[in-house]
Amino acid sequence: MSDPSVHAVADSPLVQLLTPEGVRTTSPEHAYDGSLADIQDLFRDLVMTRRLDTEAFALQRHGELGLWPPALGQEAAQVGSARALRPQDFAFPTYRDHGVVLCRGEDPVHLLSIFRGSSLGGWDPADHNVALPNIIIGAQTLHATGYAMALTIEGLVGTGDPERDAASIAYLGDGATSQGDFNEALDWAAVHQAPVVFFCQNNHYAISVPLERQTRVPIVQRADGFGLPGVRVDGNDVLACHAVTTAALQRARDGQGPTLIEAVTYRMGPHTTSDDPTRYREAAEADGWRAKDPIERVRLYLAAEGVSQDWFDGVQAEADALGVHLREACQNIPEPDLAALFDHVHVDTTPETEQQKAEYVAWRDSLEGSVA
Amino acid sequence: MTEKMTMVKALNTGLRAAMDKDPKVIVMGEDVGRLGGVFRVTEGLQKDFGEGRVMDTPLAESAILGTAIGMTFRGFRPVVEIQFDGFVYPAYDQIVSQVARMHFRSGGRVPMPIVIRIPFGGGIGAVEHHSDSPEAQFALTSGLKVVSCADPHDAHWMIQQAIESDDPVVFMEPKRRYWESGQVDTASTELPLLASRVVRSGADATLIAYGPMVKTCLESAAAAAEEGLDLEVIDLRTLSPLDLGPVLESVRRTGHAVVVHEAQRTLGLGAEIASRITEECFYSLEAPVQRVTGYDMPYPPSRVEEEFLPGLDRILDAVDRARAY
Ligand SMILES: Cc1ncc(C[n+]2csc(CCOP(=O)(O)OP(=O)(O)O)c2C)c(N)n1
Repeated sequence: MSDPSVHAVADSPLVQLLTPEGVRTTSPEHAYDGSLADIQDLFRDLVMTRRLDTEAFALQRHGELGLWPPALGQEAAQVGSARALRPQDFAFPTYRDHGVVLCRGEDPVHLLSIFRGSSLGGWDPADHNVALPNIIIGAQTLHATGYAMALTIEGLVGTGDPERDAASIAYLGDGATSQGDFNEALDWAAVHQAPVVFFCQNNHYAISVPLERQTRVPIVQRADGFGLPGVRVDGNDVLACHAVTTAALQRARDGQGPTLIEAVTYRMGPHTTSDDPTRYREAAEADGWRAKDPIERVRLYLAAEGVSQDWFDGVQAEADALGVHLREACQNIPEPDLAALFDHVHVDTTPETEQQKAEYVAWRDSLEGSVA
Repeated sequence: MTEKMTMVKALNTGLRAAMDKDPKVIVMGEDVGRLGGVFRVTEGLQKDFGEGRVMDTPLAESAILGTAIGMTFRGFRPVVEIQFDGFVYPAYDQIVSQVARMHFRSGGRVPMPIVIRIPFGGGIGAVEHHSDSPEAQFALTSGLKVVSCADPHDAHWMIQQAIESDDPVVFMEPKRRYWESGQVDTASTELPLLASRVVRSGADATLIAYGPMVKTCLESAAAAAEEGLDLEVIDLRTLSPLDLGPVLESVRRTGHAVVVHEAQRTLGLGAEIASRITEECFYSLEAPVQRVTGYDMPYPPSRVEEEFLPGLDRILDAVDRARAY
């Protein structure tokens, strides 16, 4: 920034458990205790998330989707955190958290459908305990807090039964930390000691606006002022993201209250397919981050551990199959029917809505009649 | 001196002119600086006027409006950009509870020369929250002025007039018309900010619209002309206060009125306009005032927006209905 009144955001230590070179390291308070097979599972999720993302990006370029917000570079943050969730936990994602939706087990074709303009989400959040992606910046942080407060009221926190105790997680970006909603959510969560984890992917940009324009302190420090713990983690390190989120969720389920996690990562692509990042950032900046790729370091680690090329090829084949499936499924997404949408305006439909629906149907039928 | 330009360019040159003229005019909003706004309306302004007068704000709409209020107390004239219609609601409290009432509460002592630019409306295939038409929610708030431009010439001049106004102006920009070009007469202002205008004269029925629907109505009138029907089209331009003089005069001549807007029907501007026409022109009316609007549902997924939004066929159908009485 050329404006001298705006300073770079100060640095703060990061939890890292796997270096960009693929070497395991330790951190005083956090450890990843999964097996090699578990890490292979995480690797598969990372590859699938990237495939979903690149496939959707290509579908947009082919005119099949109206828009796509790429998650390229943020796969480790999304997969590491989402895989720390138990089935009974509940996630509140944003429009960019494709990996979270995928890991929760929701059909990714729903995401294509949203960005194709065929639906506004359309799935039942209760199916896989994942809410519809939120576009209004910051709003979902309050939803997650309310969900967590409800868990407390229902006595689903701190019972000691791992099958019962539950928590919620809110996903947000660095830009979202400027919204009133987010600050209100932190306050409420702390006051109520609600079992919620705020998982902020600091990808350094809110569209064109750099982090320095949102905050003067590392995002993790926001936690201090509201009275909840904060953890800063290497967002491109899937093991570290998994470890810190697992610990934060466990605290929450145990009844020890909320945590703010800042996952430091980078948005490798444009904000969306409509955006041109060359207008506001230097290519060299992204190159530096490319060397910290979240998938490559896991590949290096697994290879060093003796995982066979056959296995990697198998994952690649699975990703290719996902790509083929998405391409086909995208074209088969049903066209929305405006008449049917009237039925979802209210639970108990109103005479006015019924009347407008009838008016619309009569109008549409008259057009069809005139064509015939 | 006329020049052909897009509405985006017309707004950009209008903003530039206002900033040149008055150093107290400042532009603020999300991505308005370096990027020049997601629609490029503020393109190049930061480069030329500096970061003090063209500010990329943190991502917080309530703060954008709330701090703009504070700046007016130091004589500034903030022009704030709300990135899309659906993102104005976090700022709604500051707009309706604070901006709209300050002059009234202070017994006329505190002006609120804030312009709130909102790209609004559908028809561009966008995702959720990017196609709303919230104009009525501001038009029903006393203390605000609400206007909407329909073509580049008006965009160029209305933005400057809005900035000159000592009252807060909600400035609704029809985003589906942003990239359409038109002649801009950069030397004449023609009309005051709060005046409606007959954009096509005709004898058989009156179409009343604003913003994005003005062009759709003009296209409808052109289609009707081929069938021998002569439609008058009025661009309201100002939504609060309404300038119904030309509307009433027209309806008295044609006897038929059709109000067209993208916003949902119930309690939309069409309701107010129909009611006023009925009060003022009852004996001239040959049919009830017709409305062609969006349906009463949240804006639908974009693949059905063409069916949700008023188009030529629905407008001409309403004209036929009116004329069949
Ligand atoms: C209330 C609101 N204001 C503005 C926008 C427009 N907008 C969409 S994404 C975005 C930037 C968000 O940045 P960040 O929170 O860092 O998340 P990221 O996109 O980087 O994942 C903006 C300004 C919005 N969606 N909602």
